Amino acid sequence: MALLVSVESKRRGFTLTASFEAPTPGITVLFGPSGCGKTTLLNAIAGLSRADRVRVELNGEALHRLPPHRRRIGMVFQEGQLFPHMSVERNLVYGLHRAPKDTRKGLDRGRGLLLAPEIADLLDLQHLRRRRPHNLSGGERQRVAIGRALLSQPRLLLMDEPLASLDAARKAEILPYLQRLRDVMRMPVIYVTHAPDEAYRLADYLVLLEGGQVIAAGPMTDLVSRVDLPLAGRDDASAVLLGYLHSHEADRGLSAIACGGQVYMVPLCDVAPGTAVRLRVPAREVILALEAPRNISVNNVIAGVVCAVRQDVTTHAVLVELDVGGGQIVARVTMDAAERLRLRPGVQVLALIKAMGVELLSG
Amino acid sequence: MTPPTQEEWQIILLTLRVAALAVGGALPVAVAAGWLLSTRFPGHFLLNAIVHLPLALPPVVTGWLLLTLCGVEGPVGAWLFQRFHVRLAFTQQGAALACAVMVFPLMVRAIRLGMEAVDRGLLNAARTLGAGPLDRFLSVTLPLAAPGVLMAIAMGFTASLGEFGAVITFAASIPGQTQTLPLAIFNALQSPGGDAAAARLSICSVVLALLGLLIAERVGARLRR
Repeated sequence: MALLVSVESKRRGFTLTASFEAPTPGITVLFGPSGCGKTTLLNAIAGLSRADRVRVELNGEALHRLPPHRRRIGMVFQEGQLFPHMSVERNLVYGLHRAPKDTRKGLDRGRGLLLAPEIADLLDLQHLRRRRPHNLSGGERQRVAIGRALLSQPRLLLMDEPLASLDAARKAEILPYLQRLRDVMRMPVIYVTHAPDEAYRLADYLVLLEGGQVIAAGPMTDLVSRVDLPLAGRDDASAVLLGYLHSHEADRGLSAIACGGQVYMVPLCDVAPGTAVRLRVPAREVILALEAPRNISVNNVIAGVVCAVRQDVTTHAVLVELDVGGGQIVARVTMDAAERLRLRPGVQVLALIKAMGVELLSG
Repeated sequence: MTPPTQEEWQIILLTLRVAALAVGGALPVAVAAGWLLSTRFPGHFLLNAIVHLPLALPPVVTGWLLLTLCGVEGPVGAWLFQRFHVRLAFTQQGAALACAVMVFPLMVRAIRLGMEAVDRGLLNAARTLGAGPLDRFLSVTLPLAAPGVLMAIAMGFTASLGEFGAVITFAASIPGQTQTLPLAIFNALQSPGGDAAAARLSICSVVLALLGLLIAERVGARLRR
């Protein structure tokens, strides 16, 4: 089951040549700086703009051969684009009423929201039904936009920086909904963003775009810790580990996360044991040691092997990528430290990670 | 001034009827032209110029062109007469046609502005939600451009009330048939001792024009909302 995308477009002096193959279902994040061609790529996939060459194949079906309004590719726009002359309810069912009958999975025309309870509950839309778009907050508007796209029974969902026009508080409000969506919806999603935080939380597969080209594509957990890629070079560079909540140790104020054979301690949280979680380990929170320290405050001492080292001359930093069984971690240390410890690929090290320094991104 | 006499009411009603007919007939064509121009298709400059011709030409020339084309001996007029036994020149319908042609540019402008104000992003959203071209036009473009359309109706109607040159050339000044308010005023001024009548009719004209403009303003305010 795969999603094949290949787009070539030369418009107004900007050339976009991008191809990738993403596994489905799952969220594929297109990540890159502003102006790298992400939105152009998305519009070409949806058929909203003409490209010189477009190929979109979902599980073998060629979607690019269909006119845009028949592709059943749902889209959530950065500015929501809710119809101002319709109530929230009418906005939500606009796509539903135009979906082919055989796709509606038991959702009936006349009763709208009442028969799409999962989506209404998932996005908390019930109490907004009678309002008009101009009476909604930014966060509410985006939730309605997402609901509207989902209700149109798409087979592929595109999201164009849906959180970009929201302030930090609204973003924090919506991200849990998106995480919930990821766990519940079994449809492929292409999510465009320039915010790494969204990639860490939501992506299964990551496609890095720069200057109209794909510079790397692969599972998110692999790409974020690769020292040769831009993400690891950022100030907020992090590795992401996939695991599940193992147990709570309330008396110690800690919770244990199991990730590929290792156990990571984090401050006590209220996630149910067994829940799948993502652990974000910032590169700056990782200390490297050649021997186990004693009487130290650090709660996590993780054994690993150096697999790549890269020097960043401008910041006098060295990025070290470690294999820790079940994933990778990236550490940022000084050139001096890298020399003293003689860090090179193959060296066995211990990663000291403060429990207070990691972030739990629960699903 | 004393209230209008029976005769004066007939003139006013005839004028209103002609204006209504003119706007009703021009509206679908103006909507089509306004929409077409808003798409900025290649050649829209030319279409725009043609649409605005009645504003630039002397009204009597427009009336004369109508006679040439739609008079009983003209290509369109002859066809209409042979096929449907319909005559336009020197009839009330003809007066309405003359008004329609004269106010057409005003209506198209208002409608085009209304259509251009519709966010393309909304139409893209409608596309991704499964709406085809006609569906998008009816469910998104038209409702959102409605203020522009209403403005066109209000302005077209008000302007039709005052149309003179084209009407008198194409439809002549036949009392009870084509003698609208402006034509009646002109007729009164040409007749000896008609000054008082002309004055009364002029006041009616001013009142109607003011009412029309006020309504158009209210509609325009909604458009700017």
